[in-house]
Amino acid sequence: MSGRWIRLAGFAGTIALSVAIMAGLASAQSDATVGKAPAATGVASRTLNIYGMGGRDDVAQGRLDFATDALGSTVEVSNPVNGFNDQAFLARLAAGDVPDLVYLSRNSVGTYAARNAFLPLANCIRSQSIDTKQYRAAALGEVRYKGQIYALPEFTNQITLLVNQDVARAAGVAMADIQTTNWKRLRAANKKLLKIEDGRLTRIGFDPKIPEFFPLWVKWFGKDLISKDGLKAQLNTREAVAALAYTVSLINDHGGWNRFKAYRDTFDFFGRGNPFARNQIGAMPFESFIYNVFADNSPQIDLVAKYFTNRKGGPITLFSGSGWAIPRGARDQDLACQFMKAMTSVEAWKKVGKARFDLRKRQGRAFTGLYTANTRADVAVFEDIYQPIGKKAFDDAVTLLVRAPRYGFAIPLSPASAEFRQAWIDAINRVLNGQQSPRAALDQAQREAQTAIDKAK
Amino acid sequence: MASVATSGTAPGPPSRARRWFSGFRERETWTAYAFLAPWFLGFIFLTAGPMIASAYLSFTNYGIEQIAGFSPTESVGTEHYRQLFNDDKIRLALKNTFVFTLMMVPATMVVALVLAMILSRIGRAAGIFRTIFYIPQITPPVAAAVLLLVLFNGQVGLVNRALELVGIQGPFWTTDPSWIKPSLVILSVWSVGGTMVIYLAALHGVPQQLYEAAAIDGASAWRRFRDVTIPMISPALFFTFIILTLAGLNSFTEAYTAYFGAGSTGADSPDAALFYAIYLFRQAFEFFNLGFASAMAWLLFLISITITLIQVTVSRRFVFYQGGQK
Repeated sequence: MSGRWIRLAGFAGTIALSVAIMAGLASAQSDATVGKAPAATGVASRTLNIYGMGGRDDVAQGRLDFATDALGSTVEVSNPVNGFNDQAFLARLAAGDVPDLVYLSRNSVGTYAARNAFLPLANCIRSQSIDTKQYRAAALGEVRYKGQIYALPEFTNQITLLVNQDVARAAGVAMADIQTTNWKRLRAANKKLLKIEDGRLTRIGFDPKIPEFFPLWVKWFGKDLISKDGLKAQLNTREAVAALAYTVSLINDHGGWNRFKAYRDTFDFFGRGNPFARNQIGAMPFESFIYNVFADNSPQIDLVAKYFTNRKGGPITLFSGSGWAIPRGARDQDLACQFMKAMTSVEAWKKVGKARFDLRKRQGRAFTGLYTANTRADVAVFEDIYQPIGKKAFDDAVTLLVRAPRYGFAIPLSPASAEFRQAWIDAINRVLNGQQSPRAALDQAQREAQTAIDKAK
Repeated sequence: MASVATSGTAPGPPSRARRWFSGFRERETWTAYAFLAPWFLGFIFLTAGPMIASAYLSFTNYGIEQIAGFSPTESVGTEHYRQLFNDDKIRLALKNTFVFTLMMVPATMVVALVLAMILSRIGRAAGIFRTIFYIPQITPPVAAAVLLLVLFNGQVGLVNRALELVGIQGPFWTTDPSWIKPSLVILSVWSVGGTMVIYLAALHGVPQQLYEAAAIDGASAWRRFRDVTIPMISPALFFTFIILTLAGLNSFTEAYTAYFGAGSTGADSPDAALFYAIYLFRQAFEFFNLGFASAMAWLLFLISITITLIQVTVSRRFVFYQGGQK
């Protein structure tokens, strides 16, 4: 063999080696994302591939075990600890590595459903005899698109008002004035509750929590930001403009958005030094999970939970939460269906509710209930497991939270959920930053949102 | 007796292609290409390939359904490119990106040069300071972005606390649209270590006799800096000018983490921080308009190429290469 051929072979070998190394790296990366290796015993004959169920606490792990058991011993569940990520999910779709089941925020379901990336669950619901009446109607509304259900709802966060009694007392504000039915009274209370010292904001009066909870303020009028079928944006209605103008005025009372936000950004909601414990805030609407956090971290706080009420005084609450969906192209759809039925069942919730109650009791910590999208599960956990913790503030809050879901509403699914949400969030930010009036900002948002919906539907 | 055959016309020098091919007779050439092969493969598969693919996708309706193979990829003609000119957010994102780049590039160059000149004069302690100045460069951008929110908080941030000590009421850096970009520029300048090291190396390459000759001729320190230092390190200045400009046009991580990603509340997204790369990312991976995002990427590429060509053309008048034009 001539030297030239040897050199050529060497060159080709180098290229082959490079390719092999790159392929090896890619393969190693791919293996790492797949997570749990198949069982070495060879007992499992089917594998359910789940994607998106991120960090797991005792409640998630307990239900995971329950649902895995429900599938039987011949099934292995592969469930890497990764939260749902759009980019990663797209990459898996592109690679043909479609998970059997995904766990994601319900407000993302519409975007995928409209693009045929998720399967409608009619067959699943029929074949597994899933009683959809057990789920909260508003939570199901979040996952229904063009009359079809695309996900089974799991957790539900509802919004209630948190009022800091210490601050109210110190500011001389009657508890009855910290409510949302009478906006004039609320604004007056806000001005009394807030504190500015030496030109520095040292206490927020009432935080309306916009942009996040803006749909709740519009619902005050009985209106929604989007039509029930999710195809018509209603962002620049008279009511939406009024709601935005009012909520911005609550913030501007603190000296403007810059000062307000800079101060709010310093809060640590999840620690012992949370803004309620440190009397840095008078009142605000917040998601239900915070009661659990406060009961753990600062059970001494003098808190009152109230409903967010509409203009007529009736309670309303905004739903959000997670759900399970089956991607189109999933290999084992039957298994996926069985699994999500088990994960969202009353039995699963009762099992983990009892386990958490016992665990908390052993640890000397409070159990403030579980708040799910399953009406029957919530009732069962409250009636059969929950026991008052002996702190009036939290016991009253739990009672309120158990009743709150019946007043719940959710933002209907839209084929362009992400763009729709971004349009109104951007509009509110422009108003808060003083760049646009509420009317102009919401007019622009309406145009942007409707264009996106028309394009996606 | 040997005879030398001659022809009527002497052969000319071998062509460039012939010279290139003849190089393959040498073992070293093969070895060199073998070492270069991984880079070539990386370039072909990870850069050129995706670029060609994105050029194609920019003319299609590519989205989730097409990625997953549920629907065929169909041509939409030049619709995405027309949309580029009708989307208000494209204009906003481009304006933000240009303003940021215009502030960041000169600020980084000036600060890096000043630090490099100081370091080139302080002798034995230079190593310690060089390390100190370089540390921010190796700080992960995500961590730096979180740091930005903490340091620049308008109410309790260290930056405003420091300004208060000298009687200045600091602005609301992270919430006031007028100050969001300047705060991001300051963050970029903070990680100036890489540019500084390049300047330091260039400064060490300036022949001392030039300074001595200038001093003998009575040149002041400023004249020596202007007429000796700057021309002699102009290739390094030019190189960093181009690299920083491209980095500015592609700015993403810090602004995204601080105002749009998981580090933010998820509901901030101020218009002032919407850089072009961020809007591109959102279109691709949050709104799933991958065809449109590909068109956006090509617009950015064309803008970058145009700016770079202008810089290269203009630089011919200002960049001095020892030994002639390179």
